[in-house]
Amino acid sequence: MAQSLVLVSDLHKDYQTAAGAITVLKQVNFSMDAGDFVAIMGPSGSGKSTFMNILGCLDKPTSGQYTLDGHQVANLSGNALAQIRNQTIGFVFQGFNLLSRVSLLDNVALPLVYSGVNKSERQARAKVLLEKVGLGQYINSLPNQISGGQQQRVAIARALVNHPRLILADEPTGNLDSKTSEDIMTLFSELNADGITIVLVTHESDIAAYASRQIRFLDGRIVQDTRSKTIASIASAKEPD
Amino acid sequence: MFSAMLGEAWRAMGANRLRTFLTMLGMVIGVGAVVLMMAIGQGAQESVKQSINAMGSNLFIVLSGSFTASGARSGSGNASSLTVIDANAISELDGVSNVAPISMGNAQVVFGNNNWATSIIGTTPAYLEIRVWDLEDGYVFSESDMRSATRVALIGKTVVDNIFGDINPIGKTIRIKQNPFVVLGVLKSKGQSLDGRDQDDTIIIPLTTAQRKILGNRFAGSVRQIMVQANTPEVMTMVEQNINGLLNQRHNIREGADSDFFVRNLTAVANSAAETTRTMSLLLGAIASVSLLVGGIGIMNIMLVSVTERTREIGIRMAIGARERDILLQFLLEAIVISVIGCLIGLFLGITGAMLVNKLTQAAVVISGNSVMIAFAVAASVGIFFGFYPARKAARLNPIEALRYQ
Ligand SMILES: Nc1ncnc2c1ncn2[C@@H]1O[C@H](COP(=O)(O)OP(=O)(O)OP(=O)(O)O)[C@@H](O)[C@H]1O
Ligand SMILES: [Mg+2]
Repeated sequence: MAQSLVLVSDLHKDYQTAAGAITVLKQVNFSMDAGDFVAIMGPSGSGKSTFMNILGCLDKPTSGQYTLDGHQVANLSGNALAQIRNQTIGFVFQGFNLLSRVSLLDNVALPLVYSGVNKSERQARAKVLLEKVGLGQYINSLPNQISGGQQQRVAIARALVNHPRLILADEPTGNLDSKTSEDIMTLFSELNADGITIVLVTHESDIAAYASRQIRFLDGRIVQDTRSKTIASIASAKEPD
Repeated sequence: MFSAMLGEAWRAMGANRLRTFLTMLGMVIGVGAVVLMMAIGQGAQESVKQSINAMGSNLFIVLSGSFTASGARSGSGNASSLTVIDANAISELDGVSNVAPISMGNAQVVFGNNNWATSIIGTTPAYLEIRVWDLEDGYVFSESDMRSATRVALIGKTVVDNIFGDINPIGKTIRIKQNPFVVLGVLKSKGQSLDGRDQDDTIIIPLTTAQRKILGNRFAGSVRQIMVQANTPEVMTMVEQNINGLLNQRHNIREGADSDFFVRNLTAVANSAAETTRTMSLLLGAIASVSLLVGGIGIMNIMLVSVTERTREIGIRMAIGARERDILLQFLLEAIVISVIGCLIGLFLGITGAMLVNKLTQAAVVISGNSVMIAFAVAASVGIFFGFYPARKAARLNPIEALRYQ
């Protein structure tokens, strides 16, 4: 069987608060293959974002194992983690998280700065991606000069610019209207069809329906894991990594 | 990568221009003050050094003592206790390279319709050698002039300016106390002495002529002072002891009795003057450095504010792959850019200020390449030193907490 891209076993996450330790993730076991498109659902506070941050190497579990692409994440140095965030993973946030004083082009090109790509190539690649998400005419605008849906596309373009294998999107449509959400989801479906693995958190089941697999969190545990057959998931099953 | 970071630093500075300007101002004032104070301090040192060089090196001056007449004691140098023969005896001592007996006084000098009161020094040609005093024009009187007490004179710049104006003085006849003197040479300008006297306001004539015709001594052959030059700085103590011993013996001074002369080490006096100005310029520099330090603390303060304000930005950068050292470098570079630009402006203002001080007060200022380099290096180090802590603080942020920061 093909090696899983993401393999999580017996994951726990505690937070220390003034009221004492609270356990946010309990005994989470999860694996996914390259090419999967997973939607994570669950009530507010059930630990979805916490789980995503751990998957994205932004946060560390209290205990348990996380293996990404064959590497034990717990054993990696700070620089190695930064490199994974830079080259293997593309993060898309609910709040877009663009740099407000920087042009869209430079926002999209920013990950390339940290992988040492020279300026002309950075700009060329960022421009291609902005065109791909339909914002070719706004490259020199600032984030506050475009709409929320457009900002989220910029954030997706930024997540894609370094050709990541895994996209992690935490409520990417949470701030968007349903028409704009649909456009964003179409974009994700296309990316998945191109072979990019996607994990996406959402509260809406019609958004989750774009994914080939739905997972439900409740009180820090995975309580449900269903697969809906899509072309993408079949393709990935045939194509071991 | 590096140029991209410089661009970032530039943009971050531009985002809050007033704040950047005020932060820079601390640096500007610090560097400006250091450069200005160093220029003034070094200028003072330089002019003292010039005065010392103009004085001559390894010098003693032997002064005749005071005499007591009807119970009133005159000032030192007024007794006629030193003679030309004393001077000759001193020149025989070990370690003595040159000796010049000196008689002096003031007199009115006349040329044509102009007259001028100046000091007259009667001495031997050795005096000019000891004081490293060259002629600008003409030549020095000779030994035969000394023997026959010829009426010839070497005149200083100030005297030339006051009685000759544009006329070439060489070969002209001037009158000193009614006696006609032929001008043999014009002395090179020496400027002020350590005690602020104008050394160019003088006329040098042969000692014998001065004694017989101008100054008039109660005892023939007596002199006011004897200038003595030692071979090297090392033998000075020995030479001083030997002069004291020799003169005590020659003047029949019993052990324990008061001498009728003084030996003064001029070089030691000069060195202590040099030491004083050196201390003063160090002190000026130290005070100015404090403002540089304050400027540095200002940078640190603003960088800390900036890191806090931009916590979320730092989180975003980390989330898309910035390493600790990328963040560190970014903030460090910002601090360095601020301090280096501040330093350049400060250098400019400090140098301009020094030139202004020179224009307005005639005080010597020295702007050495060294002091400029030091100021620049210090400013860059201040930027690194005071920028490092905030930058490290930024780099050590936890990405997820930084992202959550509102
Ligand atoms: N830094 C923290 N310190 C303490 N508790 C935290 C921290 N971060 C999250 N929590 C707690 O962990 C729990 C899970 O939070 P998480 O953000 O993962 O939920 P979520 O499923 O993403 O919710 P939502 O759907 O509202 O985004 C919450 O109860 C939250 O209060
Ligand atoms: Mg959440």
